[in-house]
Amino acid sequence: MSELTITLLRLGYLVLLWVFVLSAIAVLRRDLSPRGAPRASRAERRRAEAAPATAGASAGAAAAPAPARRSGPTRLVVTSGPLTGTTLPLSTASILIGRSPGCTLVLDDDYSSSRHARIFPQGDQWYVEDLGSTNGTFIGDTQVSGPQPLAPGVGVRIGQSVVELQG
Amino acid sequence: MSAAVEAPAGRTVEPTERRPARLAELFLLILALAAGITAFAMVGRSVTGELPSDFWPVSLLLTGIGVAAHVVLRLRAPWADQVILPAVVLLNGLGLAMILRLQLADTKGADAWSQMMYTALGAGIAILIIWFLRDHRWIRRLTYTAMLVGLGLVVLPLLPVIGREINGARIWVNIAGFSLQPAEFAKIAFAIFFAGYLVTNRDTLALAGKKVLGLQLPRIRDLGPIIIVWAASLAVLVFERDLGTSLLFFGLFVAMLYLATERFSWVLIGLVLFAAGALVAASVFPHVGARMDVWLHPFDNELYNAVGGSYQIVQGTFALAAGGLFGTGWGEGYPYLVPYAFSDFIYSSLGEELGLTGLLAILLTYLLIVQRGLRTAIAVRDGFGKLLAGGLAFVMALQLFVVVGGITRIIPLTGLTLPFMAQGGSSLLANWIVIALLLRVSDNARRPSALPMRGTVAQGGGAMHDPIVVGAHDGTTPGGGVPVRRSAADAPSRGSTPSHPTEAISGPLDPRRDDPRGTTGGEHL
Repeated sequence: MSELTITLLRLGYLVLLWVFVLSAIAVLRRDLSPRGAPRASRAERRRAEAAPATAGASAGAAAAPAPARRSGPTRLVVTSGPLTGTTLPLSTASILIGRSPGCTLVLDDDYSSSRHARIFPQGDQWYVEDLGSTNGTFIGDTQVSGPQPLAPGVGVRIGQSVVELQG
Repeated sequence: MSAAVEAPAGRTVEPTERRPARLAELFLLILALAAGITAFAMVGRSVTGELPSDFWPVSLLLTGIGVAAHVVLRLRAPWADQVILPAVVLLNGLGLAMILRLQLADTKGADAWSQMMYTALGAGIAILIIWFLRDHRWIRRLTYTAMLVGLGLVVLPLLPVIGREINGARIWVNIAGFSLQPAEFAKIAFAIFFAGYLVTNRDTLALAGKKVLGLQLPRIRDLGPIIIVWAASLAVLVFERDLGTSLLFFGLFVAMLYLATERFSWVLIGLVLFAAGALVAASVFPHVGARMDVWLHPFDNELYNAVGGSYQIVQGTFALAAGGLFGTGWGEGYPYLVPYAFSDFIYSSLGEELGLTGLLAILLTYLLIVQRGLRTAIAVRDGFGKLLAGGLAFVMALQLFVVVGGITRIIPLTGLTLPFMAQGGSSLLANWIVIALLLRVSDNARRPSALPMRGTVAQGGGAMHDPIVVGAHDGTTPGGGVPVRRSAADAPSRGSTPSHPTEAISGPLDPRRDDPRGTTGGEHL
């Protein structure tokens, strides 16, 4: 075999090794996308696309008959993330959010801590407080340090999820 | 209105997600096998000019192992991580190719066929573990048995008849003609023991104690366990004369302490203790000091020519230099000039023939395995599984560091071997067992649980901006409707949930502070 062939084989082999490594890394990239989404089969995705039609139709009906009796928020809504659409009624009790099964809102999110944040009422105002989470709790771009007042409609980012108070 | 609720409920409630097809694993496996088998062929072509005599049996056996493991994973652990197995098969194949290459060059001691047999045995044991161990939490009951087994394995090389000293390190035993490196198995036993021990004792170790300079220091009496492990690892260093094994056990313990408690002070305490112990040992015991000299002054002429001196490590360095950026190509270099080029120094052999580019690919492949292990530790739900997966992944990373660091002179050279690549039965068997455990834990971590506590994903991207329709208590979401669990405190309110969703929203939502019992959420108090 000629010198050229040998060199090509030698370099080609290194390329093969790196093709393996890069393909493996491509497989890992699925971790970065929200949990579950890439694992959905085509059939499931099609069903999910059909869903907004039904949900949207009913939405108009639902919004009207559920007005707040008083001023102030009445529910906590997950507006983004895997649990989008989940609502919790607000009461006088504080709401614990995290991965631990004991939380009020149990997130299935590797980026949230087991006891991540707390949303609680005091006086006429709701507050959000970070409970020493690893990745932090954010309102917009600012990180929540101490207890901070939370107005309705303001999104609080916890891991991959965003929750907000709605009236 | 009620139709809005029925529609998602009728459409979606799926207790199980579809099993993954593991196509990514199959694809990567084909690439890995191709790399291994191509290497066998290239080695034969360049050393002898024809395919090596063992080419077909070795290739077929390696393919068989990969396919068998893949099929077993499909059947028994369909959710397990898909990158780990192909990465291991690739590393194993590259190691085999290098050993085959050294054997063809008539290097004394290199035996590709026995390595192949141990690979088959190791993979067989791994398959059996995956097949019969359905839940990793079962291992937790072996916590203290594992401790005894681990201690026994560490002491084994010191026993008079079976213990053997090779190249100054007494880390081998010889039973009925088979030599074994018990430390390889001991690291698994210790990972199990530490995981079981720390998961029950983490709170005392994490929370008690006062804060100094932002560091949460533990109480003096809680230092007991770390002192015991420290003393044991120093004993290994002094009596078995092997820094690597000693570092491996102590590092494993400190890392798992950190995983369990999240207190950085443990890492500092561990590093200080080990550095102090190693320094004292180096100055008091001559044989430890001699190893340090070889590490610090390898190019000293006297040390280079001494028996047990720096000849090996200097030759290894030359081999890496000869490899350069792209290597000499399979079979074109002179790796057999380094003593133990097929076992302790296989890293420098690979560096010579594949170059820095190849070595980086190999290191990244190891890194992938470690990353998958740590990722599994993050995802799995039970504390024991977290600590076990984290510990096993860490110990593989640490072993890699100790071996590669020894050969590249970052730390003193030790008797540990590169997992999956270096020739040696114990190392292969033990590391295949580690892989089996990691795969089993990762299957449990990624398997969608039938338990309601899993806040399972609503499969609907489309629900993102939809207004909220569904009553808070019926457990469905508009996008996908997989049941979502809120809390244990929420559960009792289900019984009283009105069937009409409008009531579900407007009724209990009223935040009447003066009458908490009147609201559903009052049960949280």
